[in-house]
Amino acid sequence: MNYQLVVGLEVHAELSTGSKVFCGCPTRFGGEPNSQTCPVCLGLPGVLPVLNKKVVEYAIRAALAMNCEISRHSRFDRKNYYYPDLPKNYQISQNYLPFAYNGHLNISIKGAVKRIDIDNIHLEEDAGKNLHGEDTGLAEDSLVDFNRAGVPLIEIVTRPDMHSLEEVEKFMTNLRDVLLYLGICDCRMEEGSLRFEANISMRPEGESRLGNRVEMKNLNSFKMVLKALEYEMGRQENLLREGKTVQPETMLWDEAKGMTSAMRGKEEAPDYRYFPEPDLVPLVIDPEWLKEIKESLPELPQAREMRLMKEYGIPEYDSAVLTANRPLADFYEETVRLFPNGKMVSNWVMVELLGRLKERNLKIEDSPLRPSHLAEMLTLIKDGLISGKIAKDVFTEMFTSGKGARIVVEEKGWAQISDESQMKEIVEEVIRENPKSVEDFQGGKKKAITFLVGQVMKETRGKANPQLVNKLLREKLQIKSKM
Amino acid sequence: MKISKKDVEHVAKLARLRLAEEEKEKFGKQLSEILEYVKKLNELDTEKVEPTSHVVPLKNVMREDEVRPSLPVEDVLRNAPVREGKYFKVPKIIQ
Repeated sequence: MNYQLVVGLEVHAELSTGSKVFCGCPTRFGGEPNSQTCPVCLGLPGVLPVLNKKVVEYAIRAALAMNCEISRHSRFDRKNYYYPDLPKNYQISQNYLPFAYNGHLNISIKGAVKRIDIDNIHLEEDAGKNLHGEDTGLAEDSLVDFNRAGVPLIEIVTRPDMHSLEEVEKFMTNLRDVLLYLGICDCRMEEGSLRFEANISMRPEGESRLGNRVEMKNLNSFKMVLKALEYEMGRQENLLREGKTVQPETMLWDEAKGMTSAMRGKEEAPDYRYFPEPDLVPLVIDPEWLKEIKESLPELPQAREMRLMKEYGIPEYDSAVLTANRPLADFYEETVRLFPNGKMVSNWVMVELLGRLKERNLKIEDSPLRPSHLAEMLTLIKDGLISGKIAKDVFTEMFTSGKGARIVVEEKGWAQISDESQMKEIVEEVIRENPKSVEDFQGGKKKAITFLVGQVMKETRGKANPQLVNKLLREKLQIKSKM
Repeated sequence: MKISKKDVEHVAKLARLRLAEEEKEKFGKQLSEILEYVKKLNELDTEKVEPTSHVVPLKNVMREDEVRPSLPVEDVLRNAPVREGKYFKVPKIIQ
């Protein structure tokens, strides 16, 4: 019997507003511990939270981009639990009336589109950060930093629609791209601004009921999500094959050991006793505002990928790479606007530019080489002023110095020699100096000409126009053979 | 409505309260009485009434996304029962 994997994700995305969701403290990452706190986010008595308007706007952007219905009326609830990272002993969240529901995000699997349903998106506040064990150097205590308490979060809850690791990976990637395009989350998993929790179960192929599920936490990168799922898949399948049952529980991924372990033994299921948050008034979204936000949405990655393929005639692969992030796609389109040859530009951007950026660990926004530079260089190639080979050197020089292509070519004396009379002399010299190859060529070894072309290139240090060299050599050699 | 000893223990655990045996007895009885009293509300017909989450007729109270000064760390930690550097210190949470 074969087993089918069933995965649903809960995604926490911190919204990149300047201030927290219910107070004016900054949301910046990495500040001195407890330096970004105030009576509101510390939960001191007598304070009142006031909702940040931008949080609502960002959340609506996410919901629209994920094809959700937006509740006109929503409100906040208290989720009650005791944990030291939660100063109020409750988290302000949305349980009964989340602001968005019934959405979906499409992923493409082996050329086919698959739809992953989103159950709901709700707003909540982040908790503080606890430090334990090695991070504190203390054996008996934990430390608490409340800088993160009150940072705005959206939680995106999918339906259990993913049935392979590939689908999970595609979904995570698409979701991240969408959030980045919308400019509402910086998606730095290492800083915790994008976090995944996975619900995983297995069932016999063809079975429609869901098996017992395990909730997995502590997944700090895409890689970890996939590794943990792979491990857990195997564990659950083995249990089922042996006729045992999977315990529904919460497990933690232990990266060092490469395995999952139960988080809270047999303790009773969490009981959060949600009730309406009396300190916050209901949220009623004005249709005019909604319309305004809808109109301001940027073109999203999938739409852009399709458009680039159609508009510039580039392959799907190129388009997917180029639209993976918005600044890169902007760079590409700006270059094509200046030099309208989609494929040529995509080759140079994908191979040379991305390669160079990776080497130097730079983001596209920080590239010293701008679209105008690349377009200028491509124009020089097209006009026969430099060869494709020299162009690579020009590219490197532009990338390091930030200078324009024409300037680089002039300064370095790299212009291609396309002047026939000048070239003729060099060709004749090469023919004189390599009688053996000339003989070979005339004796029928057509390949010998490649060597001769190479010699001319060497003489000119790569500046000769290869087509011209070829033409001149053949002319000369044929005349010679007739003599 | 009778609140059992088990209910009391559950609620006490959620609130992180340690209760003595006689307290469990006593609070169980009190909680039952409170619920009995509140039960009177069930006599009302609320069939056509929207659930109320707020008694004030307000909606959409929001602020602009503006950063305001936080408290100085020394003030933040002034009420901490125990501190360690700039952190609050609490009994170890996980093993």
